[in-house]
Order: sequence, then structure tokens, then C-alpha cells
Amino acid sequence: MDDKLLKPEERALFSLRSLYKSYGYLPFKMSKFESYDFYLQHKDFLVSDRVITFNDTDGALLALKPDVTLSIIKNGEDAKGCKQKVFYNENVYRVSPNTHRFREIMQMGLECIGEIDLYDLFEVVSLAAQSLASVSDDFVLQISHLGILSAFLSGEGMTEIFRKQALQCIAEKNVHDLRRICIENGIDADSTERLCSFVGIYGERNKVLQMLEPLCTAPAACAALHTLRALSDLLADLPYSDRIRFDFSIVNDMNYYGGIVFKGFLSGICEGVLSGGQYDSLMSRMNRTSGAIGFALYLDLLEDRQSSADGYDVDVLLLYDETVPYQTVAKHVSGLVAEGLTVSAQKKAPAGIRFRRQIVLGKENTP
Amino acid sequence: MINVALPKGRLGEKVYAMFEKAGYECPAIKEVNRKLVFENTQKQIRYFWVKPSDVAIYVARGAADIGVAGKDILLEYAPDVYELLDLQIGKCRMAVAAPKSFHDNGEKTLKVATKFTNIAHRYYADKGREIDIIKLNGSIELAPILGLSDVIVDIVETGATLRENDLEVFGTIVPISARLIANKASFQFKTAEIEKIAAEIGKQVMA
Repeated sequence: MDDKLLKPEERALFSLRSLYKSYGYLPFKMSKFESYDFYLQHKDFLVSDRVITFNDTDGALLALKPDVTLSIIKNGEDAKGCKQKVFYNENVYRVSPNTHRFREIMQMGLECIGEIDLYDLFEVVSLAAQSLASVSDDFVLQISHLGILSAFLSGEGMTEIFRKQALQCIAEKNVHDLRRICIENGIDADSTERLCSFVGIYGERNKVLQMLEPLCTAPAACAALHTLRALSDLLADLPYSDRIRFDFSIVNDMNYYGGIVFKGFLSGICEGVLSGGQYDSLMSRMNRTSGAIGFALYLDLLEDRQSSADGYDVDVLLLYDETVPYQTVAKHVSGLVAEGLTVSAQKKAPAGIRFRRQIVLGKENTP
Repeated sequence: MINVALPKGRLGEKVYAMFEKAGYECPAIKEVNRKLVFENTQKQIRYFWVKPSDVAIYVARGAADIGVAGKDILLEYAPDVYELLDLQIGKCRMAVAAPKSFHDNGEKTLKVATKFTNIAHRYYADKGREIDIIKLNGSIELAPILGLSDVIVDIVETGATLRENDLEVFGTIVPISARLIANKASFQFKTAEIEKIAAEIGKQVMA
């Protein structure tokens, strides 16, 4: 098969399927629909609480899937000591934050559910990096730890409203408004400075760990820092280790995630193409005792990487008329295809078609 | 190459002057012509003028790596961008104004005329006040004068227009100024260049 014929998202699909299988992740296929009640119970965890609903033939209210992870957790079981490792390729239906209309999003991702240890964190983060690398060498994977964020945002006078506003500022790397909010909320000068300097800590992993060391004094922050350091050491041997950085502006949804969270970027695509993390909070809300980590790659965003190639629809436009025997047309077409060319056989050139060269068969088309 | 979306108008000229002073000059931008894009290949910078309210869209969608947008636009449309610097220019405030005689006794739904529906909605939702938002695109001050609304939520700079129409400010929602914003993905791949620009401009803000 000619690899050039594949769109970037199709190429990614093939290579990722092979990658995930090689690490023992099993394919997980699910129905396009779920009971609407299921999403209603867990709407706090959805990116948007708006879902496309319809009635089944028996009157039951169903929804087109807005999320894959919830369905995987629902169908999985807690098994002591074991891990359920699955990958999926599914379309989900969500409201776009830009157009405020529903859109179909093609996702490919994996989930590791069970008693998660440091190796699992490493494996999933490294698979996220390998997923990005399989699309392009020019990628960045940012990692954050929500435990550190929580520790920084649990000081005296830090109310729920303050935390929400501060998280927004951290996500925006917005030190000026963060300082203003701290002053407005009566946060002491030391905590304000600590929080503001925290926003400026990002980039190369060892540099970040060094800068964080004196700031992470609370036990919870120390434990999170320890995990980050251990993870960083394991990641150090990867060939593209320098493309994996720490950045605490990745705040994700703290209702859903806890612990390690990450986001992937590819050069030339204007938004994050990969998102994931540990979602232990979601697991416990769904009455599961184990932990979980996973990620999704948004394949539809890879369309932006598709080059306009050479601007031609076909290599050859072959024009023929009634005087030409069909066997002759078939022979010409198969000959050109055998040469590796793309051919469109037509009686009349379609409007707007772009071709490298034109072959004319028959009387009417003879110049 | 860093692509910069500048807001058209007086604010944009001030912003360009800051970039110029920071060492990112582009003399072609001062020529009088109909060009839309100006480039200094030596400095690896490209500027383009866009409608102020569109700057955040150009940056969020990656057509520009960085840009300068008013905080009012950032609050209203909440684009997913980094907000790196408060430039401390174009200062004004988002405020609630009404006729001097206005008194809100909370008995009825408050009619609010505004161009900034999201900001108004959030402000009154936080207060738990029920409102009826009337979206207008201009001449907001006219709404309470003609009884279309009880109050307005709008940008107030000097307050001269309000005074001339017997309106006064009843509360400030948030201070507004121009902000340097960056596309989150561009920032990952052009970190050093964007940080350098922000640092150089930051020095001028601090001075």
C-alpha cells in the first residue's frame, strides 16, 4: 500500500494501534450509544454537560457518546493486583467551545486501570510521548502534578472561589492577575510570592525540579515532587527525553483528574493534540477502589498537518468519447495505474479538476 | 519567525512603539500603503494589524504566535491562550452605570444592556441577582435613557460620556488594560523567542 495515500490521522491510527498492542494493550470496542442516565449521573466529569440524545425504539433515552473513559470504567472491574490495559479508537460528540455547536471528534487513546504504580505512570507517559513522536519528531509533552498545585492552593484564606480564580491564572501563566487576586483575597505576602514564582517554573525537567525543591515544603507537595523526580529519572533514558517537560499551567479538570496530568503539542497545530492523566478521583466517584491513568490523542486535529501536496487532484486526466472502445480506455487506465500514476477517466473534464497532464482519446477530443 | 497580531488604532500604535523600543522594529510598518503584513526578516518578526476584538482569535487559532488584546475581550470570549504581561496601557474599567436617580431595590428582574454579555452574566450570577440581558452592539448609554434597560455594563475610560448623559458609575466589575497574549502551542516551540520579547517589553512596563 502507498503510505503517501494515507491521511495523517489514518497513518497515525495504524502506527498507534501497533504501538499500543506491542505494550500489551488490548483493543476495546464499545457501542456508539450509552444510556442518557449514565451521563446524567456523571455530568460533572464531562467537558460539557450537553449531549446529543435520542429515543431508542423502546422509548429509552440514549446519548451519543461524549466521552470514552466513563464507558471503559463502567465496563471494567476492580481486580486486586491486576491492571486492565486497553486502547480504543472512537468518535465522541461534544460541543465545540469555539462554535458552541456539536462536533464529531475522532479520538485514539488508552487506559490503564488497576493498582497503578510508578512503572505504569512511566509506561503511559512514555506511550503518550511515543504517540506524538509517531506523528512528528517536532513535539512537546508537558507534564504537571495536580498534587503540587493543590498544595500551593491550600494555604490560609484560600477559599474555593479563590482557588478557581488562581487556577485560571496559573493555566494562563498570568502572574499579574494572580498577584491582584491574592491581594484582593488577603493572602499573605509570602504565600503570594510563592504562588507567583510557581507560575514562572516550567521547562527542562531537572531545572524545574531544582527550582521546586525549596518551594515544596508541605508534605503533600513533597510527595508529589518525589513522584515527579522518580518519573523524570525513568524518562531520562528515552530518545526524545528533552521533549518531555514540566509545566504546571496544565491544570486540567481537578474533578476528573488527580496526580500526574499531561498535554501534548505538535508543531504546526495550534492547540494541544493529546491530553491525559491520572483520574483516581473519577474512579472513586464511580465506586472503584483502584486507580487509573490514560490519555487520548485527538486525531481530527492532525488534519492540519496535511500538506496541500502538489495541488493536483490526479496525475492524468484521460478524456475519451463514444468512438473509443471501452477495452482501449481500460487498457490505458490500467497501464497508467501500473506506472504508479493516479488517473481520472472522463468524457468531459469535471469543473475545477487539477491534473498534471491530459490524455485525449477519440475523434471528438482530438485537438 | 514570530507572528504578532497588533490591534488597529491608537492602542496598536502604542503597542508597536513598545515592540520597537524592545528591539523588534519593522520600519515598513510606518509606510503609508495598503499592505496588511509587515516583516523584518533580520529580527525574525512579522506584524499584522487586525481589528482589536479579533486579536485573541488570531492568537488562539495560531495564525499569530503572540498579540495584544484588551482584558475586556479576554474576559468576554475566554480564549485558551497564555496571558503573559499586563502592558499597563489602554487602561479603563468594566463598570455598571445607570441614571443618577437609579435605585436597585432587588424587587424585579434587572434589565442590563451590554455588549459584554458573558461578563455581565458572570458578575450578576456571582451576586445571585436575576437579570435580563439585552445585547447591544453600540451606543449602550442610550438604553437606560430611553427605558430599554435599568443599567448598562460597559467600558468606562474617563466617564465623560456618562456624565454628559446624566449617568453615573454604580460599581466597578474589573479593571481593564492591554495584555500580551500567546498561543499555547506556539509557546512550546518558540519559548525562548516569546520569553525574550515578553521580558524586553516587561522592562518598559516596570520602568
